[in-house]
Amino acid sequence: MPALERELERLLGERAVLTAPDALLAWECDGFTVHKSRPRAVVLPNSTAQVQAVVRLLHAAAVPFVPRGAGTCLSGGPTAGADAVVIDLARMRQVLHVSTEDLYAVVQPGVVNLDLTTAVHHLGLHYAPDPSSQSVCTIGGNFAENSGGPHCFKYGMTVDHVLGAVIVLPDGALCRLGDPAGARLPGALDLTAVFCGSEGTFGIATEITVRLCRDQRAVRTLLGAFATMTAACRTVSDIVAAGLVPAALEILDQATIRAVEASVYRAGYPADAAAVLLVELDGPDDVVAEEAAEVRAFMQQNGGLRIEEATDAAERKRLWKGRKGAFGAMGRLNTDLYVLDGVVPRTRLEEALVGISAIGQKHGVLLTNVFHAGDGNLHPNISYDGRDAAMTARTVAAGHEILQLCVDLGGSVSGEHGIGTEKLDHVRMMYGDADLDVMARVRAAWNPDGRCNPGKVLPSRNACAEVAKWPQMIAKVLDPEGGA
Amino acid sequence: MTFSADSKGDAYARTLDCVHCGLCLPTCPTYQVLGVEADSPRGRIYLMRALAEGRVQDPQSIRPFLDRCLDCRACETACPSGVKYGEVLETTRAKLEQQQPARGLAAWLVRTLLWHVVAHQRRLRIAFALLRATERLGLRWLATRLGLMPAHMAAIAPTVPPAAERAPLRTGLHVPPPGVARRGVKVALFTGCIMEPVFGRVNRATLQVLLANGFDVDVPAAQRCCGALLVHAGQPERARELARANVAAFADADLVLNNSAGCGCAMKEYGHLLGDEAGAAFGKKCRDISEFLAEAGLTAAPRPLAAKAAYDDPCHLCHGQGVRAQPRQLLAQVPGLEMVAHGKPEDCCGSAGIYNLLQPDVAEEIGRRKIESLVRAGVDLVVTGNPGCMLQIDSHLRRAGHRIAVRHPIELLVPPA
Repeated sequence: MPALERELERLLGERAVLTAPDALLAWECDGFTVHKSRPRAVVLPNSTAQVQAVVRLLHAAAVPFVPRGAGTCLSGGPTAGADAVVIDLARMRQVLHVSTEDLYAVVQPGVVNLDLTTAVHHLGLHYAPDPSSQSVCTIGGNFAENSGGPHCFKYGMTVDHVLGAVIVLPDGALCRLGDPAGARLPGALDLTAVFCGSEGTFGIATEITVRLCRDQRAVRTLLGAFATMTAACRTVSDIVAAGLVPAALEILDQATIRAVEASVYRAGYPADAAAVLLVELDGPDDVVAEEAAEVRAFMQQNGGLRIEEATDAAERKRLWKGRKGAFGAMGRLNTDLYVLDGVVPRTRLEEALVGISAIGQKHGVLLTNVFHAGDGNLHPNISYDGRDAAMTARTVAAGHEILQLCVDLGGSVSGEHGIGTEKLDHVRMMYGDADLDVMARVRAAWNPDGRCNPGKVLPSRNACAEVAKWPQMIAKVLDPEGGA
Repeated sequence: MTFSADSKGDAYARTLDCVHCGLCLPTCPTYQVLGVEADSPRGRIYLMRALAEGRVQDPQSIRPFLDRCLDCRACETACPSGVKYGEVLETTRAKLEQQQPARGLAAWLVRTLLWHVVAHQRRLRIAFALLRATERLGLRWLATRLGLMPAHMAAIAPTVPPAAERAPLRTGLHVPPPGVARRGVKVALFTGCIMEPVFGRVNRATLQVLLANGFDVDVPAAQRCCGALLVHAGQPERARELARANVAAFADADLVLNNSAGCGCAMKEYGHLLGDEAGAAFGKKCRDISEFLAEAGLTAAPRPLAAKAAYDDPCHLCHGQGVRAQPRQLLAQVPGLEMVAHGKPEDCCGSAGIYNLLQPDVAEEIGRRKIESLVRAGVDLVVTGNPGCMLQIDSHLRRAGHRIAVRHPIELLVPPA
């Protein structure tokens, strides 16, 4: 065993270091399975001190490293190069402190998003950002990716809920961001917000202070089934135009509905509907009741085929179950899934969906749509067979065109899944050299040697001015060794 | 190693159903305890797929991760894509075992005992009689003291009940006692290899409840062990021999009832194990006792019992057979019994057949979490319908010094004498 691995074992113990090449295959990719790369080793530290010791060692040895949570990222963020060590934070899952008065919690990075809400549920509190993978994904990963979720339409993204953090910097030094006491105090640069969404390239958060929200007095979830996608989108526009701010506004298309209904997450969505719209309202009882009536009216006006309303927790859970299980259910359509993450202005949703469907047809790929309609955050899903190189290439090409369409409509290449390795080629659709240069300088301030999660977020300099070179990503798919 | 073209079919195709979403991770007992991706369902499926695709250099190096799986199927309950994880795991284990039988004393013991003793009721009975004798002579205490019996095994292994309790059920047809209205339904009872000598009282209670509720009960003499433990240990050939014997033994039965979740799950899957119509048809005849009674309805009210109890779902009943409501529904009919919810009733207890003997460390931690949840619920009684779970939970409770009894649901349904 090489000296470095021995040294890692000395620091963490034998059971916290994995080096058998075959076992390491399990860490080859995250939820974005297009890019695969087997790391050099995986370590499982259980404390800030252990993370610090490992990072110091790797820094001294000039070995790159990649932090990882539950591996549910959809853009290749925690996928490590063959020379890199994965620092897996799954064993750091303690809720360290809960303040019921100042409404915050201090957690280790491996705490699962939903577990935090479960831990404070009896206090009438919850953690608001709720990615669909919330039962699996970690707060550390959410912080790194600035994750969103259905309820972010009203409550904001992760960046709006992280108040501070303890960070192990890429050279092993420790730094504190924000206020550990849970107040976001003005007066200096807001580095917590800068760190949020840096996708593990600025360092490793080992303690995170997050805001807790009080549970609302009343919650109602409405389901509207429509004969056309257009009708569902118009209902969303009507709701927002009327000044309502629902906690969530989600749409699933027919193919998604059918896959979900065939799975254990079946929620009783009508299989013949072209689109299902989920609207969640929360607040004081009378306000919610009044708003529910308004939403119902908009659904009816737009020709809703069926309108359902859930008022108790069990019924609500049922209606949400299908949405939360939607990505996984796509495994019923083909062996692999490419989950896209584009944003368009809400008013252009219909246009975007028509365009996306045309792109799918042009490339002959199987496309389904499930999205956060309130934010205009689309998740076109392409089901494909990763063993078929030509189909994979068509999938990636269609994905590229879809993201270009989003940008052309005035949107963005990512709403909440991050850039990772997936969208390295797409970043240039939005940013020029000068923009990217500023970002690179900010990153260099945190990560001067570039060994903390290398090859993510910002396209490398030598790939510059190569807007037309996006097929680079396809080349990487077809020849992973050459591209890596 | 790659699966040959003809055998590649099923198991390999099923690994392809996984799109790596990870929704299975929080439900996996080993991932919860170890936090290791390769010890999660998603990681194991990924490794098994890589193995089938010929990307694994040394198949034995991924074996520890597959061996650590409890085969509890909680991941199947969570999987939106419907991956049949159990089938993939069992097929892969069999291939690895075939390629290179697992080494070590424990593995040898398992192979020998499962096939040469457990699978033969008579030999099993003799073994238990011998065990009982050694216990009476204080030899067990001595063996533990001398280190001949590992401490973890001594802790889990139950003390053998007296001969009266180990007495097997009389085979052949039993009819309801005089005065009980017969329902005109005849069922066949599967008695199980371990249930019989360790929890003979459960089998007697099962028979008693069925008769008191007006059913004719046949106990076929030719039945054998269900083979589940052999399937889990990667020995499907031997399991098939047992399965075929059971298909024949129950050929005349319309309904085959069992009171052991692990056996029931395995028998319902005979279609997959045997790969034929006869196996599938047999599987369709099998019912857990709670499934059957909840549907048929109790006509004899259970004896009143003033106690506070929690029901704990055996994995192979809730995840393996989708039976969750029925036992609870029946227990709700016991006069005086207060049923309370506890933390995570569908989490594995760590028994998983003989897992606690093979992976003592992981099983210990999983078991500890289970009783922590039960103790917090403040109950006098834990009710669960599988012999392995009964032993594991009972052992953990006793060692932690709790006076909480463990019972099979059917024991609580016996009407007053």
